[in-house]
Amino acid sequence: MTDVTTQPISGAKTVTPAATRRKTSRINGPAIVMGLYLLFLLLPIYWLLNMSLKTNAEILGGFSLWPRDLTFANYTKILTDPSWYMGYVNSMIYVVMNTVISITVALPAAYAFSRYTFLGDKHLFFWLLTNRMAPPAVFALPFFQLYSSVGLFDTHIAVALAHCLFNVPLAVWILEGFMRGVPKEIDETAYIDGYSFGRFFIRIFTPLIASGIGVAAFFCFMFSWVELLLSRTLTSVDAKPIAATMTRTVSASGMDWGVLAAAGVLTIVPGALVIYFVRNYIAKGFALGRV
Amino acid sequence: MNKTVNQKAWFLVLPVLVLVAFSAVIPLMTVVNYSVQDTFGNNQFFWAGLEWFREMLDSERMWNALTRQLAFSAIILAIEIPLGIFVALNMPKKGFWASFCLVLMSLPLLIPWNVVGTIWQIFGRVDIGLLGYTLDKLGISYNYTQDFIAAWATLIVMDVWHWTSLVALLAYAGLQSIPDAYYQAAKIDQASRWKVFRYIELPKMAGVLMIAILLRFMDSFMIYTEPFVVTGGGPGNATTFLSIDLVKMAMGQFDLGPAAAFSIMYFLVILLISWVFYTVMTNLDKRDGV
Repeated sequence: MTDVTTQPISGAKTVTPAATRRKTSRINGPAIVMGLYLLFLLLPIYWLLNMSLKTNAEILGGFSLWPRDLTFANYTKILTDPSWYMGYVNSMIYVVMNTVISITVALPAAYAFSRYTFLGDKHLFFWLLTNRMAPPAVFALPFFQLYSSVGLFDTHIAVALAHCLFNVPLAVWILEGFMRGVPKEIDETAYIDGYSFGRFFIRIFTPLIASGIGVAAFFCFMFSWVELLLSRTLTSVDAKPIAATMTRTVSASGMDWGVLAAAGVLTIVPGALVIYFVRNYIAKGFALGRV
Repeated sequence: MNKTVNQKAWFLVLPVLVLVAFSAVIPLMTVVNYSVQDTFGNNQFFWAGLEWFREMLDSERMWNALTRQLAFSAIILAIEIPLGIFVALNMPKKGFWASFCLVLMSLPLLIPWNVVGTIWQIFGRVDIGLLGYTLDKLGISYNYTQDFIAAWATLIVMDVWHWTSLVALLAYAGLQSIPDAYYQAAKIDQASRWKVFRYIELPKMAGVLMIAILLRFMDSFMIYTEPFVVTGGGPGNATTFLSIDLVKMAMGQFDLGPAAAFSIMYFLVILLISWVFYTVMTNLDKRDGV
């Protein structure tokens, strides 16, 4: 299609060598830019991986671009020591809890926002967004006191509820964006066919926005997974997240760099696994469903 | 889409309202409560009125933290937005390489924030980090725990590393929504590359770019974990941003009154600026007829 429109123009011109040169540089230029940018992104991650495969003696002994004597001792240590791997388990538990809670309450609300106008809807919507803007540092202390007073301190559900502060608004926003894309006629037809609201919502509507739910769940998962300040404040032993466990590597005998790096690499793995499935939607999710 | 008026929709919103009220309104009321009271321990509180607000407005410490915070947010926005657009313009449009780039670019976004800090802490060390070691060998004195410039540079590069992909992804999504016909029309008009960017791509990206700016502003304004891990707010107070200062005050020194007053003003500043962005954003939405 492009050829049809371009040919008359380029045919009228007589600058073939320049045009070809420009064409080749146009193919290579972006590739170089992307190559450099990806290198910039991956180099620090590679360095972490590199460190995690070295012994502490080698890390501190000399400088090398790749591990000379490859060791998995750092990983073995983390995966066999309960005080280490329970950190991952704890994180996983509250992240999953938070995702389930956020999506469950956000679904009906997003439906309401996408389909109906009601008193104060715009203000409510902005108010929800303000919670996404709330600095966790502001909420750390009040959360600590609130959850301590209701006896939820150091439980997974406390962290899951605290993370709802920014994940519920986010889920509502993303889901609302996806729901707007579903034509309203589908709802109306279903109601005429005698579907009740509940049955319509579960049987017909939910499958239609399945990808939206997937994206929203991914973002809840992600933001709960990367957050440290609140999860660290609200836990001490039983529900301690991996992020807080990692500070343990600073001990009297100095920094245990190898184990720290290995723990870091292991925190990247879950994100790297799920990202593949949502790669085409990730921008839409960040745009709060508004692309 | 034309929506029907239905006040019963409130019932659908109710669960969210209850949950967010529990996790946002109650804690916020606690903060407001502390901000107007004074305590001498034993859970005895006295009315202090606007005392703490006056004290915080006069305090050198808060203004300094605010200045540092604004400087940090301004610098990273000035770098990340143009760089993100530039990267997005250079991304492959479709096929295997597009997915490949998307997955790799998203990687930094999914790393826990303290691990981001750890990565750069290691990467920048002169003895064991690639960056620190290389700079040192090149004869540049670089020590992010001692030197003011190095600490700031490290934090800025770290934030660029962490979040530029977000801007790029959003800009990319905006670019993808431009129909081919626009480019063909520009080609017929023999528009220059710059004009294509200025009059076709930029206006089409405006909506998503506003979101990118909004998100980057909000998140950089509440940044806590990464600088905390890398520099701990140092050297001296050189990288003590608002959140770090606040946590120090509230959890470290337990100065509840001033910390609460500080919190409220902090939150209000974010709200105000975000509201401006939000208004611009929704107006753009309306103009595009979305």
